[in-house]
Amino acid sequence: MSPGMKRTPLWEAHKQLGAKLIDFGGWDMPVSYPAGTIKEHKAVREAVGLFDVSHMGEAYLRGPEAKATVGKLATNAVESAPPGKAIYTLLCTPSGGIVDDCIFYKRSDDEFFVIVNASNQAKDLEWFRDHASTGCDVVDVSDQTALIAVQGPKAVAMVDALSGGSVAGMPSFTFRDAEVAGVPVIAGRTGYTGEDGFELACANHDAMKLWAALVEAALPLGGLPVGLGARDSLRLESKLPLYGNDLDDEHTPLEAGLGWAVKLDKRDFIGRDALLAQKADGLPRQLVGFTIAAEHRMIARHGYSVVEGGQPVGIVTSGGPGIMVGGAIGMAYVPPRLAEPGTQISIDCRGKLAPATVVAGKFYKRGK
Amino acid sequence: MSTFPTDLRYTNDHEWLRAQGANWRVGITQFAVDQLGDITLVDLPNVGDLITKGQRFGTIESVKSVSDLYAPVSGRVVAINTSLKDGPEQVNSDPYGNGWMIEIEAADKSEIAELMASDAYTKHVAAQ
Repeated sequence: MSPGMKRTPLWEAHKQLGAKLIDFGGWDMPVSYPAGTIKEHKAVREAVGLFDVSHMGEAYLRGPEAKATVGKLATNAVESAPPGKAIYTLLCTPSGGIVDDCIFYKRSDDEFFVIVNASNQAKDLEWFRDHASTGCDVVDVSDQTALIAVQGPKAVAMVDALSGGSVAGMPSFTFRDAEVAGVPVIAGRTGYTGEDGFELACANHDAMKLWAALVEAALPLGGLPVGLGARDSLRLESKLPLYGNDLDDEHTPLEAGLGWAVKLDKRDFIGRDALLAQKADGLPRQLVGFTIAAEHRMIARHGYSVVEGGQPVGIVTSGGPGIMVGGAIGMAYVPPRLAEPGTQISIDCRGKLAPATVVAGKFYKRGK
Repeated sequence: MSTFPTDLRYTNDHEWLRAQGANWRVGITQFAVDQLGDITLVDLPNVGDLITKGQRFGTIESVKSVSDLYAPVSGRVVAINTSLKDGPEQVNSDPYGNGWMIEIEAADKSEIAELMASDAYTKHVAAQ
């Protein structure tokens, strides 16, 4: 391990499980366990997977001006949601570029809990503080908070059994305070895999106890601890964008196909004018999903060019093997004329042209 | 630290070679496999192709990355492991056996002599 790398409260558990650890943005994180990425991926699709995502950032926005502050920051209608809702939103710059994507938990008009990307934690907290009204306190709890995702078709019943039957009835994209294996948690019916399940936030000092109980419950069900390798392949297969790959401050949510999380008609927020203008003018490029048939035996990856007549016209932002669907899958920014589902595009895979097809929707659909 | 079979020769690029009659069978080491993770595609040359020491002769795609395979010695490809086309996971499960990749008829035997024995390769890996 490089000196100075950060460890989550579950680091010892990962070592004991034989995880392969890598430097992920300064965190010493499990990329896979001995089962390997493909088995971990399939465990989430077929049973249940446990993910340590404690490297992610968490904060509270509190006070009489919390609602107004969140309304100014978020593109989605976070502030007007009923208490108990968990809402995916973008944060935008005044020019419409994406600062981050995150999930806000609305506890009340005076209190919001937010989970942000690990790689953006410092930037986001600064962004919140820079734009918070005087009546809104921004409290960074990242260093005290662990986060464990439990995902897969067996996740809900498993967590419900560990919580005295208190969480199975929660609708998707809601949260509640609960106890799981005797540990107080904020349980969100959310995730980043395309599967049903929960993300459980708890105090650092409770994390090992919660993790151990989850591992003990999951293994007999065919479940596995899952590293960042499968976290990435799962989110890609469900066409969930990743900040730093598919999203950044040079692309807008509209270009990224996240217009559903941008409420242009609701009220003013940072970036709204630019997004309204872009909507009126038309998009310069669009993020699309593509597949490469298995017979071509090629995988397009982040940074490869979409080419037309020998010229680059777009760029692959994420790509990899389709673990459940076969062939290769990915996402790319392309000009709108190439964005229609069914369009054939060419991707330069290290000097060889891969024929790819633009497809709509998720690559893998739950229950298929 | 994994141990490396003593009957093999090794390259800096984490490939192994085993005498197979007059030819040399080539694969990648356990260390390389551990670095790559689950392998999903192995792209190999054709039988009869000439390869040049240090030049790319194929690629390996794992779930997370793509890597080049470099020719350990110059020569002619006399066999490829066609079972990797539909079974790339054999490289993970049996890197020194069923996960072999190609067989080379070496053009210059002295290039074989320059390869590392397992103890030297063990030190090479320890320094990574």
